Amino acid sequence: MSTITSAAKGTPTGSRKLVEMNWDPITRIVGSLGIFTKIDFDNRQVAECHSTSSIFRGYSIFMKGKDPRDAHFITSRICGICGDNHATCATYAQNMAFGVRPPALAEWIVNLGEAAEYMFDHNIFQDNLVGVDFCEQMVKETNPSVYAKAEKTAAAGANLHGYRTIADIMKALNPFVGSFYREALQMSRMTREMFCLMEGRHVHPSTLYPGGVGTVPTIQLFTDYLVRLMKYVEFMKKVVPLHNDLFDFFYEALPGYEEVGRRRVLLGCWGSFNNPAVCDYSYKKMTDWGRAMYVTPGVVVDDKLVTSDLVDINLNIRILLGSSYYESWEHGEKFVQKDPLGNPVDQNHPWNQTTIPRPQKRDFGGKYTWVMSPRWLDKRTGDHLALDTGGGPIARLWATALAGLVDIGYIKSTGRSVKMYLPKTTSLPEVEFEWKIPKWSNAIERDRARTYFQVYAASAALYFVEQALSELHAGRTRTWSEFTVPQDAIGCGFHEAVRGVLSHHVVIRDGKIANYHPYPPTPWNANPRDIYGTPGPYEDAVQNTPIFEENGPDKFKGIDIMRAVRSFDPCLPCGVHMYLGNGKVLETHHSPMFGQRA
Amino acid sequence: MTPEAVPYGRKTQKPSPVSDVHILWITAGLGCDGDSVSITAATQPSIEDVLLGAIPGLPKVHLHNPVLAYENGDDFLKYWYQAEQGRLEPFVLVVEGSIPNEKIKKEGYWAGLGTDSKTGQPITTNEWIDRLAPKALAVVACGTCATYGGIHAMQGNPTGAMGLADYLGWDWKSKAGLPIVNVPGCPVQPDNFMETVLYLLYQVAGLAPMIPLDEQLRPLWLFGKTVHDGCDRAGYYEQGDFAEVYGSPKCIVKLGCWGPVVNCNVPKRGWMAGIGGCPNVGGICIGCTMPGFPDKFMPFMDEPPGAKVSAASISVYGKAIRTLRAFTNDTVNKEPKWRHSRSELTTGYRPGAY
Repeated sequence: MSTITSAAKGTPTGSRKLVEMNWDPITRIVGSLGIFTKIDFDNRQVAECHSTSSIFRGYSIFMKGKDPRDAHFITSRICGICGDNHATCATYAQNMAFGVRPPALAEWIVNLGEAAEYMFDHNIFQDNLVGVDFCEQMVKETNPSVYAKAEKTAAAGANLHGYRTIADIMKALNPFVGSFYREALQMSRMTREMFCLMEGRHVHPSTLYPGGVGTVPTIQLFTDYLVRLMKYVEFMKKVVPLHNDLFDFFYEALPGYEEVGRRRVLLGCWGSFNNPAVCDYSYKKMTDWGRAMYVTPGVVVDDKLVTSDLVDINLNIRILLGSSYYESWEHGEKFVQKDPLGNPVDQNHPWNQTTIPRPQKRDFGGKYTWVMSPRWLDKRTGDHLALDTGGGPIARLWATALAGLVDIGYIKSTGRSVKMYLPKTTSLPEVEFEWKIPKWSNAIERDRARTYFQVYAASAALYFVEQALSELHAGRTRTWSEFTVPQDAIGCGFHEAVRGVLSHHVVIRDGKIANYHPYPPTPWNANPRDIYGTPGPYEDAVQNTPIFEENGPDKFKGIDIMRAVRSFDPCLPCGVHMYLGNGKVLETHHSPMFGQRA
Repeated sequence: MTPEAVPYGRKTQKPSPVSDVHILWITAGLGCDGDSVSITAATQPSIEDVLLGAIPGLPKVHLHNPVLAYENGDDFLKYWYQAEQGRLEPFVLVVEGSIPNEKIKKEGYWAGLGTDSKTGQPITTNEWIDRLAPKALAVVACGTCATYGGIHAMQGNPTGAMGLADYLGWDWKSKAGLPIVNVPGCPVQPDNFMETVLYLLYQVAGLAPMIPLDEQLRPLWLFGKTVHDGCDRAGYYEQGDFAEVYGSPKCIVKLGCWGPVVNCNVPKRGWMAGIGGCPNVGGICIGCTMPGFPDKFMPFMDEPPGAKVSAASISVYGKAIRTLRAFTNDTVNKEPKWRHSRSELTTGYRPGAY
């Protein structure tokens, strides 16, 4: 059985001169990531890529034997930028395991908190971390001719965002001194205030619990949130045209740029924002309440929605080894034989995983990272698909668009697009944005989708505020439901962390945690070659990426590789660090020659 | 500029005796980068206030933090190598994340940053601390992982994680005579950290005396009071009016809040811009600023031992309660015994594969 990650890998022919280029650490991401590549400068292409993570902490190990109610407090600490997504996902799993359904108001409060997290996190990542790859200083250093062109190119949306040329946008993105960089940074604070209103603290919330929230629901709480939200709505009316101008310019200035970071459309989204009218957290009804989520779960393969059923998604998750520093648990304990619907659960499923770390020397021919290789078994073909999340938004929008289920006024999924409505604000009229399914899953479209999902989160938040207020006005002010911790139970939570799919699987025995495995987006994106030799998504997307940078090996910054990797919004508290090696020329040798993808 | 054009008031401005200071920030401990993310939320002062010279009297500050850096890979790490060679003077070293124990296994690494060009293997975080700490003007541990070990140093952990002072020694002093400065919090409260940096920069500029620290090496003005001292729900406590369910505006000590014995200013200061926090907004205090965190506070959602006694007898036995609390406060101000730098793993985890 093999796996397919790219539609059109070329045929191995010819000899090429490869130069080893490594970046360790890759900065402007969260965590520690190294990218090790072999580059064919003659043909201006990346020939080979390995992605490595330099940190191991061992959550699955030290959570064993702990009180299951502590899981969300502990797992929040997995991630320092989307810790609340973990806390939220953990409470979803707790709710299932404890059999508790929070009051509707609690769900709206959580949805508002999580919407604020998307608004904050995509904003700071896009404009303060990714944006630097597109700023004046960077473009001048890597592609002076492109910068010269940017100076002469008028920005189509200038009347909205105020920047006359593309070069003006690039200048505004310069770190700390650029005006838009600073405006975005300040906006990321206001959205975090919105977050703190709902979940107490950023990034590790204080007011989330199994069964609901401790947040005190008052009129003031929602007023304070709404006035900030409307400022963000106004901001986004300028940001969407600004980013569209910038991204469209790259396609225009560098023909072929769509190949940078491109890979086959293999996207996963586990759904976000529960609908309290439908969601009772029972496993048996998970298919229904999963489809009622305000971001639809789904697996998208080659622009087809393979499934939107959370039970199906759950059962086909496989955790593979191959290049990671762990021992196999093939003969380990099988904690869960069957799910509550009677379906068999695989030994390589997170419910049955046992984490056995084995630190060892890094060897790119063997084991080279602490990240395991999550895959999704496509039953139609038997392939273990290396799904990626595309940094979150592209997968969420794609799955939601194809499923055609979301219709809340502010947001409408059409089957091929998603329409998002923003009402009038201080200085700008109402506007409707439409995200349409793009032609490619590549660096630019991952980045563009991020901007649109910022709008999606704001539009959804407008709806959630209305729903929360109507609960409050009706006098339904309870935010927490009581529960008891069962002696033996299993649970799973599905959510979208900011940068993509997130699942938590828990097994409770004797009232304690017997097994706990969280799967955040970055293991899906940053993983190494699995037991079948299938590379992980970063590796796959960087491999074959054409090089547009004007610098040769001596001054090479690897900007196209950086853009490819950062488009996935890496967040390895275990991130990606890139290290520019000595530019050592490897022996000229026969190696696979990958053709340009069509 | 001609002499007439110099404003009279300029005589108030004194250039810092040290013109430039570098901040080298290692995020490669066992952490989540949450403290770096947290400081981007700070406004008192903000990171750009400090970097762009918006506060009078400070030296020019150059920040080298991987989450925010312009450079990548070797371009980024060159500052680390320069500092190691004594060519980046003076610098303040900030450490984020717990320090793993690399001595408890035969090979490999728990945490690393960059690649050793001779061996092709990662340079461990511990190696970086060994190289840089002796050269630093001051060493600051940012967040509870770096200060005391935190979540990753929990009972049963496989890495033998510990705090920076456990690693370097609690009596460790920088070459300028400063002890390690600990700013705990999980994550660190944004303004608490930036204000500590600001204080140290003032100290470097000769504008402030030695930073005042408590026994756990925390800035006294930030951690001298308890959560309870600053909590706006203390009035309910005083009247013995306790919440029975989450979401109530009353005192939540019976629902698991450890506020009375935890050193932290968050309810008073809010999380950011005066908004958010913990018990003041309905979140139980889980003691995340404390050396005993998390183990001595778990299970978090149970009523803390002793809370009942003191809660029941609040108005009558004020003095006795203060004594009892001081005792509990002492206990949670100590780390569990398995956090150490010896070559053995005593957390309770039995590794089968290393």
